[in-house]
Amino acid sequence: MIDIEKIRSDFPILKREINGYPLVYFDNAATSQTPKKVIDTIVDYYSNYNANIHRGVHTLSQEATDKYEEARKKIQQHFNIRKTHEVIFTSGTTHGINLVASGFSSLLNEGDELLVSAMEHHSNIVPWQMLAEKTGAILKVIPMNEKGELEMDAFERLLSLRTRMVFCNHISNALGTVNPIKQIIEKAHKVGAAVLIDGAQACPHLKPDLQELGVDFYTVSAHKMCGPTGVGVLYGKEEWLKKLPPYQGGGEMIAEVTWEKTTYADLPHKFEAGTPNIAGGIAFGAAIDYLNEVGMDEIAAWEKELLDYGTEKLQQIKGLKIYGTATEKTSVISFNIDGLHPYDIGTIIDKLGIAVRTGHHCAQPIMEYYKIPGTVRASFAFYNTKEEIDRLVEAVERARKMLL
Amino acid sequence: MTIAEIQDDIVDEFAMFDDWMQRYEYMIELGKSLPLIDEKYKVDDNLIKGCQSRVWVHAELNDDKLVFTADSDAIITKGIIAILIRAFSNQKPQDIIDADTAFIDQIGLKEHLSPTRANGLVSMIKELKMYAIAYQTQLN
Repeated sequence: MIDIEKIRSDFPILKREINGYPLVYFDNAATSQTPKKVIDTIVDYYSNYNANIHRGVHTLSQEATDKYEEARKKIQQHFNIRKTHEVIFTSGTTHGINLVASGFSSLLNEGDELLVSAMEHHSNIVPWQMLAEKTGAILKVIPMNEKGELEMDAFERLLSLRTRMVFCNHISNALGTVNPIKQIIEKAHKVGAAVLIDGAQACPHLKPDLQELGVDFYTVSAHKMCGPTGVGVLYGKEEWLKKLPPYQGGGEMIAEVTWEKTTYADLPHKFEAGTPNIAGGIAFGAAIDYLNEVGMDEIAAWEKELLDYGTEKLQQIKGLKIYGTATEKTSVISFNIDGLHPYDIGTIIDKLGIAVRTGHHCAQPIMEYYKIPGTVRASFAFYNTKEEIDRLVEAVERARKMLL
Repeated sequence: MTIAEIQDDIVDEFAMFDDWMQRYEYMIELGKSLPLIDEKYKVDDNLIKGCQSRVWVHAELNDDKLVFTADSDAIITKGIIAILIRAFSNQKPQDIIDADTAFIDQIGLKEHLSPTRANGLVSMIKELKMYAIAYQTQLN
């Protein structure tokens, strides 16, 4: 059982007041908040051992390198990744996806097929559209149903020997749906297709075992997992990472540079050109430690309770409709109220100290599916409480009365 | 009335409200009472990009004055449009081009000017001024 008071005291920002009200932070699916332990790690880095890594022989550089590589190992262990060098530090999920998409441009031929799920974030759509345009590959969409679940029958029908890649999020940012990725990976592998899973929304809530899943690529962002912004990880199976060409050229990623020919460094450095976000990488490691101290199982259990409570309470509001009612779902509630624009609701409840997201959540195809301009999205984290949900319900009710 | 005089009036009206709640209730009222735009002008060409809610603006010259009509699918945005139209519509294009917009700040809507606000108040003002520039060129 989670000690909610203790946990809340770990997050300095939760003491803030917004417009005279104690902050209720329900925009966790966009960015999670940062515990003191992670903030301290960043301060410690810049205060005590700020130096460039992997190069200097001096003590600070070695200390920084050790801590950075230690963070890589923590991430490896957390996701049960086979080899440390299969962990590539990136600037976030978007960077990871673009790295893979760019790499595949030399591996695809005209007429090859790429399958993408209907509930993707734009960052898992646009890089593949660009890739398709460049290579002549064809992008096909795995449809979803009204509940916000993927149509697995249709997926199987779309799969063929022409399918080269499948992309899907582990959890939908707009709907909260947990997708059956194990099944997707197995079926894709049967036709020889590689699978990339966007894990940005999943990893704050659950702890995937990447070896067990057998996935080819899996991407995450630290800022959704109590870590800092601007850092993330791309996991790739060694054989794929060896096959893909480097994404960016520069320092750190080379073995030898001459005017005639440059040879590339081994993994993971081949994909880590330039000075990385060193403090960010180390702090990501600290964030993983923090999540594990709280306990991923405890987190999942509490968030499930919040989801059930929030769903029940919000549904009592007149005219409120929830989008995304999948059986397997995490603590994201996307909703609209009959006759009201999500933007208006978001504006009013912000005045009451409540932070939610409004709009299309960078998933316009989903909004098009439901024929709506957007939704109000409340996304809960393990440091949220039922009292905060009560405040949300009260605020939405007040907004409804003001606006209608 | 000049644009500056109308803006002063608006500032005076908003000064009567004690808190944000009343200000927003008033804006919602204004939004609801905004005269409807002719449906034929609610087309993509008249849509202002960069707004979280959809905003359509139409402009036409009446003698030497520029008349704006507009609409939005969000009510608070409509309220903001109503305020802007009151300040800028039925004025000479050159006066619209020269007009100051500091009154937005004074009526407590400054937060809507921040670029993170996807309601596009900034885009709306820019759009009105662009129309004025276009029509001023025509008049010259």
